[in-house]
Amino acid sequence: MPGLEDLYREIILDHYRNPRNRGELPTPPAYAETGFNPLCGDEITLYVQMEGDRVADIRLTGQGCSISQSSASMMSTAVKGKSLAEARATIRRFKSMMSIHEHRLDGDSGTSDAGFEPDEPAAEAEVSLGDLEALQGVVKFPVRIKCATLSWNTLAQALDHLEGVPAS
Amino acid sequence: MAVIDPVAIKKDFPIFERPVHGKRLVYLDSASSSQKPRSVIEAMNCYYETTHANVHRGVYEIAERATRRYEAARASVARFIGAASPAEVVFTKNVTEAINLVAYSWGRANLRAGDVVVLTEMEHHANLVPWLALKAERGIELRYIPVTDDGLLDLGRLDETLDGAKLLCVASVSNVLGTINPVTELAAAAHAAGALVLVDGAQQAPHMPTDVSATGCDFFGLTGHKMLGPTGIGALWARRELLEAMPPFLCGGEMIRDVRLDGFSTNDVPWKFEAGTPPIAEAVGLDAAVAYLHGLGMEAVRQHERSLTAYALAALREAHPDLVIHGHPSADRRGGVISFVYKDVHPHDLSQVLDQAGVCVRAGHHCAKPLMRRLGVGATARASFSVYNDESDVDALVAALADADQLFSL
Repeated sequence: MPGLEDLYREIILDHYRNPRNRGELPTPPAYAETGFNPLCGDEITLYVQMEGDRVADIRLTGQGCSISQSSASMMSTAVKGKSLAEARATIRRFKSMMSIHEHRLDGDSGTSDAGFEPDEPAAEAEVSLGDLEALQGVVKFPVRIKCATLSWNTLAQALDHLEGVPAS
Repeated sequence: MAVIDPVAIKKDFPIFERPVHGKRLVYLDSASSSQKPRSVIEAMNCYYETTHANVHRGVYEIAERATRRYEAARASVARFIGAASPAEVVFTKNVTEAINLVAYSWGRANLRAGDVVVLTEMEHHANLVPWLALKAERGIELRYIPVTDDGLLDLGRLDETLDGAKLLCVASVSNVLGTINPVTELAAAAHAAGALVLVDGAQQAPHMPTDVSATGCDFFGLTGHKMLGPTGIGALWARRELLEAMPPFLCGGEMIRDVRLDGFSTNDVPWKFEAGTPPIAEAVGLDAAVAYLHGLGMEAVRQHERSLTAYALAALREAHPDLVIHGHPSADRRGGVISFVYKDVHPHDLSQVLDQAGVCVRAGHHCAKPLMRRLGVGATARASFSVYNDESDVDALVAALADADQLFSL
């Protein structure tokens, strides 16, 4: 049985207590996307400001547990300033990390996440996750995976939208 | 009146023999689903080992016995809730299906655009979404009885709210706040306004005496797995003339009298509403659960849970003054359900920390998102009690809350 220290790493609690990029951006020119975790009521709103192909700024508001909030905070620092392609690669890398353990769980349907695509290539290994590696421990607590992936799924939706329209 | 001895009762529940994380299991999530006594588990096993066959079909001995067991369970549930006749008890999957049955059958036969259904702000999604769906489909109007700051229904404008209504739907006990609502008075007011009354009894039937006839409601739903019984079975009680006038809900075998290629006629109530092979072993298990509760005495169960709730409210307040407890301050007004928020620790994190101490509490919106918005929170932690809980369980919760302090350095 994994202990709580696997879940509540110091870097996670630091992002929870001192969330980065907290706040809003004016829309437009920024784009806002809201995501919900229907199981627990957590919600997050991302504000994404593009400059050409680049995520020039990102802010977030919302409420949730330490895992969802710290994951969102770390996500914002990881993709800020990145190109769309780099941001996409980071999302895939993170979700791959979150889903590795899932496939080892024998038929625990409670951990399936509609946002996951199990057949995604693991070719993003060259993308460094940095602090985000601290969230690796979450996969030992399957119920909490959805907490960790909420902001990432929301970002993916925002990027889908942004790629469908010309960046200003 | 008999007195509940939770130490003896715990011995009747095999799950408490197994440790969790090396700790004694402190189960405080019975509002979500209760644990099962050995008598329920053994009744279901015995049924499968000695009796199982499909009901209402075979003429052979074990089929006859299976049918008798199934119908005996219906009669037990009817007696347990004060129904005039077993014919008024329809077995469903749970209270969610019971309410859906009313919404689909009675609702679609009786409600038109502009007709009013009155709900409350503290309803579970099971008693909201079926009516919201009917609103989207039919254009019915939904009105809500508001909730006061101390977790009671605000009845100040009740007559106005009920004016012209066709149906009032209300939980007799809130699954979030524990509030015991005055359903008898509400039913009288609704009837005076010409409305029928549906009571969501999911949190009542397991915890206090139930008498649908005395309450004066028209529909009453309960869920077996919250009242020491198995999952997969619940019941809808409704007055017989209502059931007889209602069109069928689920259609198929068992619910018919005759089927021709150009049409069908329906069976008598309650079988008219029980299409397909029913959950027979589950009915047998529910029968055993009802017998167990009846053996304890529902008034004794209520007094035990009332005094345990009073103990918990006082212990939590004393040990953790920063704890925000939602709902009415007095245990006299509430069932054994305590929703709380602990400092800035998110309920998910709190529940995770408590789990390490073997303490099981629910965290989240408890399928009552409108009520969460009314309380101004995204989620709460919730401890809830049943017959097997005692003061040592509350003490374990109080002690484990201190662990959260340490981890989150608050």
